[in-house]
Amino acid sequence: MSTISSTAINWFFACKTTDVPHNGGVCIKYKDEQIALFYFSRSDTWYATQNLCPHRRQMALSRGMTGTHQGEPKVACPFHKKTFSLKDGRCLTDEHECSLTVYPVRLEDDRVYIGIQSGVEVGVPVTVEAL
Amino acid sequence: MKIVVIGNGMVGHKFCEKITQKLGINTARIVIFGEETLPAYDRVHLSEYFSGKTADDLFLAPAGWYVSQGITLHLGDPVHSIDRVNKTVTSLKGISETYDFLVMATGSAAFVPNIAGTDKKGVFIYRTIEDLELMKSYAPRTSRGAVIGGGLLGLEAAKALLDLGIADTSVIEFAPRLMPRQIDDKGSAVLQSKLQQLGLQVLTGKNTSAILGEDTITGLAFSDGTSLNADMLVISAGIKPRDELAAACGLETGPRGGIVVNDLLQTTDPFIYAIGECALYNNMIYGLVAPGYEMAEVAATHITETSRQDSSALKSFTGFDMSTKLKLIGVDVASFGDPFPGQGHSIVMEDSISGVYQRINVSQDGKYLLGGILIGNADAYNMLLQTCKNNMPLPANPADILLGPRNGSASAGAGVDALPDEAVICSCESITKAAICQAVTDGQETLDAVKKCTKAGTCCGGCTPMVKDLISATMKAQGKYIRNVVCEHFDYSRQELLDLIKVKSLRSFDEALDHYGHGEGCEICKPVVSSILASLWNDMILAKGNDTAQDSNDRYLANIQKGGTYSVVPRIPGGEITPEKLIIIGTIAKDYNLYTKITGGQRIDLFGAHLGDLPAIWEALIAAGFESGHAYGKALRTVKSCVGSTWCRFGLHDSVSYAIRIEERYRGLRAPHKIKSAVSGCIRECAEAQSKDFGIIATEKGWNLYVCGNGGSKPQHALLLAQDLDSETCIRYIDRFLMFYIKTADPLTRTATWLNKLEGGIEYLRNVVVNDSLGIAASLEAEMQSLVDNYKCEWKEVVESPELRKKFSHFINAPEEKDPTVKFETLRDQKKAADWK
Ligand code: SRM
Ligand SMILES: Cc1cc2nc3c(=O)[nH]c(=O)nc-3n(C[C@H](O)[C@H](O)[C@H](O)COP(=O)(O)OP(=O)(O)OC[C@H]3O[C@@H](n4cnc5c(N)ncnc54)[C@H](O)[C@@H]3O)c2cc1C
Ligand code: SF4
Ligand code: FES
Repeated sequence: MSTISSTAINWFFACKTTDVPHNGGVCIKYKDEQIALFYFSRSDTWYATQNLCPHRRQMALSRGMTGTHQGEPKVACPFHKKTFSLKDGRCLTDEHECSLTVYPVRLEDDRVYIGIQSGVEVGVPVTVEAL
Repeated sequence: MKIVVIGNGMVGHKFCEKITQKLGINTARIVIFGEETLPAYDRVHLSEYFSGKTADDLFLAPAGWYVSQGITLHLGDPVHSIDRVNKTVTSLKGISETYDFLVMATGSAAFVPNIAGTDKKGVFIYRTIEDLELMKSYAPRTSRGAVIGGGLLGLEAAKALLDLGIADTSVIEFAPRLMPRQIDDKGSAVLQSKLQQLGLQVLTGKNTSAILGEDTITGLAFSDGTSLNADMLVISAGIKPRDELAAACGLETGPRGGIVVNDLLQTTDPFIYAIGECALYNNMIYGLVAPGYEMAEVAATHITETSRQDSSALKSFTGFDMSTKLKLIGVDVASFGDPFPGQGHSIVMEDSISGVYQRINVSQDGKYLLGGILIGNADAYNMLLQTCKNNMPLPANPADILLGPRNGSASAGAGVDALPDEAVICSCESITKAAICQAVTDGQETLDAVKKCTKAGTCCGGCTPMVKDLISATMKAQGKYIRNVVCEHFDYSRQELLDLIKVKSLRSFDEALDHYGHGEGCEICKPVVSSILASLWNDMILAKGNDTAQDSNDRYLANIQKGGTYSVVPRIPGGEITPEKLIIIGTIAKDYNLYTKITGGQRIDLFGAHLGDLPAIWEALIAAGFESGHAYGKALRTVKSCVGSTWCRFGLHDSVSYAIRIEERYRGLRAPHKIKSAVSGCIRECAEAQSKDFGIIATEKGWNLYVCGNGGSKPQHALLLAQDLDSETCIRYIDRFLMFYIKTADPLTRTATWLNKLEGGIEYLRNVVVNDSLGIAASLEAEMQSLVDNYKCEWKEVVESPELRKKFSHFINAPEEKDPTVKFETLRDQKKAADWK
């Protein structure tokens, strides 16, 4: 875990809202990194996490099934169906699994922006409090 | 009155529970001393500490329990001496307490044989959480592990080393076979080969003479002159009762250890009791938790009654059944009653193909079960144990209880219904069938609720399957319908949901959720609803916004492989393919650098395709006349065939043509689970039709139709549904059979499992399919026909739709780029996925 001191956020343009399927995810390329972006149409909410599943280090989460567990939004990895909270990135099926880094998402009309904490590498887990 | 307990292990804790229950809280002063620093925890499940459980999960009582019961608990402070004259104990830290009754529950320690070098670094024992913590911190430095002792605990320790990531682990047993006290030679041989498959090396008949290395272990030397490299060793060669304190104050102990007790669990001093693994009853140490709990019960009852000067319900300990089922190791092993045949008969079932060995010992007159051994498959353990313990009469043909009813005879398995009310289902907590059924009648209708209310199944957990069966049986007897609801988002069973969706003509997951669900769905209900929609309407699965409601493989019409690439499996009906088509597959594989392999289903799999390449690969395949093989779907997979009468000298009919006809009829059919079929041209059965969900074998007069076979992890032969059918009738029966399965099976249930749960079994199914006992045959056939008419190759639809093709790219904001993290390696002139982690 790395904690960060600066809270400056860089927002980068990810894609159009229409590029993302309802209740599913897509993978966004950001520099040399990969971010999974999800849209829940019923609650009209957006989430972004690292695309790497920490279990077997597979770039796959954007292709996973989304859903809720007692109201908490989650994604299931296509490989072994471990599920992760999209709110704070923690693994819901295995408390010992590493958490996902989650990123803030912002909309401007039909444009989707993802926020990256400056000074933080994508894909490195960050404590939730830091975000 | 004042009671002092020495030892805060499993049995000492149970004693506290029992005594406060019997006397009432605060009627006596209870003081307990524990040598370990943690309060009592579940030692039976100690190994789960390595597979994710924490000390917190293992504690037997919630924090604050002792205080709430008025019990004083001294932890990390062992009792150091007992003064029997003044009835006082003194602890290491100097605390003195007087007692009216003293209970010794000091348990046992690991027995460490007298071998030179057991004090070296890297040598461990396996008894306490502390031992496990030490192992855990040492393991990362280790590449070769060894365990001395091939008994129950030794095997558990070996599994723990595997779990710690030490793949190269050996088990060393002094006796010529594993688990010498529980199982026989043959059983041991089967167990040994199973363990070897798990990656454990097994050395039997080995006497360790020394532990090698300077001050850190480097290996083991054996008395036969051989040696073994190892940098970590766990000694698990047996247990040694902790009787040192008892011996020091003059209580009688056994020649090989243990505090001698009578059948009230009193030691030679009537004010001092000994219970659990430190007690020697009738020359026997009971190294299991259930007898220890029984001892706690007897001692607590006796102390209560002595203090009340009432001996009306005097209880005594009379020995205990030592049946055990090995947990955790990944191989079923159980022994019960008397595992070794004495007088009487033995029935032995040995299947060296699937690694199953089962022996039951039956009384001379063939009427009663005396004991037995189950290796490789111990599903029957609970029922056999109960049959044995309750002296229940065996079926006329005792072998039936092992082999199940044969030749279509009625069920031989006496189910839970046949058990007497007094049958003890959970022996750890002594919970009877009657108590469990009562709890269910009182409204505890889930496993968790019953566990909470009765404590059944909370200790070793071995009885859980039987508790579940009792819950279902009791609810059924009350006329309650047991519904397997899909998940938290839909309060319906799959069968109910299918009917509802059909009645309302719903076409998408979203509509189903709007009408019958709540929340946003999840990875359980989405595939279930998607499968129902496909089985009802056979619409293109990626249309109507249903793509994200598909299981991940269905969403991309391909199976994801290690590394994140996909496989491509074109349909090759009946396994028949022209040379031209073979060449095309080869060309495409070369163009896209794909690994090719002949599958076990008589077709060709192309592995390692990037997501973005899938549409182009399929475009080329479709242009050459191929179609999707639905290898990714819970759908019809392959219809295998033998070559049949066109070439084979024994062939009765043209099995290839018939297999192709069948495969083309049911291709794309989605079901609760995948379905497979095969057609053989004669009874030699080269297509293995009897291992399929439905299989067809040519006879002189037509075709025999078999159903509900299964390969996979629990293979099962298909059963004959109908004989000597003409080709048309056979297809009509298959239509009815498949449609009936699709409509009534639970999610992810193959036909074999479905049939096993279907009340009335194959006779009932035959009545529905052949005799149309429900009067639904015509509608089943019509429904199947509409699915057949609606079939389209879904890959063809993707290839032809720019909209759908767009969905097959790795980066939405860089659609041309492939996932740069995908890595391949080379093996035998082809590529393979790079290993993960
Ligand atoms: C490719 C193949 C192995 C091979 O190289 O030969 C294979 C590969 C897989 N099998 Fe299989 N099975 C293959 C023949 C079989 C067979 C043999 C047969 O069909 O004759 C069986 C036993 C027969 C049976 O199913 O009853 C078989 C029993 C399983 C099972 C266990 C099913 C069960 O009821 O217990 C699974 C797991 C599951 O489906 O849940 C499985 C699952 C899988 C999966 C899908 C695992 C996964 O999720 O990734 C593999 C995917 C391969 C892929 O991406 O294409 N595979 N699998 C075979 C493909 C046959 C084909 O052409 O479609
Ligand atoms: C890895 C493992 C797996 C097992 N699996 C199974 C299984 O599957 N099924 C089964 O039935 N059983 C199993 N057992 C055995 C089961 O755990 C024991 O039978 C049970 O714990 C015995 O309880 P006990 O209270 O007698 O002894 P223990 O649980 O050992 O408790 C004795 C306690 O007394 C303490 N003590 C000793 N001397 C003193 C002293 N002088 N003063 C104060 N405290 C003292 C000890 O430190 C210890 O904490 C397993 C055991 C292990 C180690
Ligand atoms: S047997 Fe197991 S490893 Fe082999 S293909 Fe089937 S699922 Fe994969
Ligand atoms: S790789 Fe994601 S769950 Fe295994």
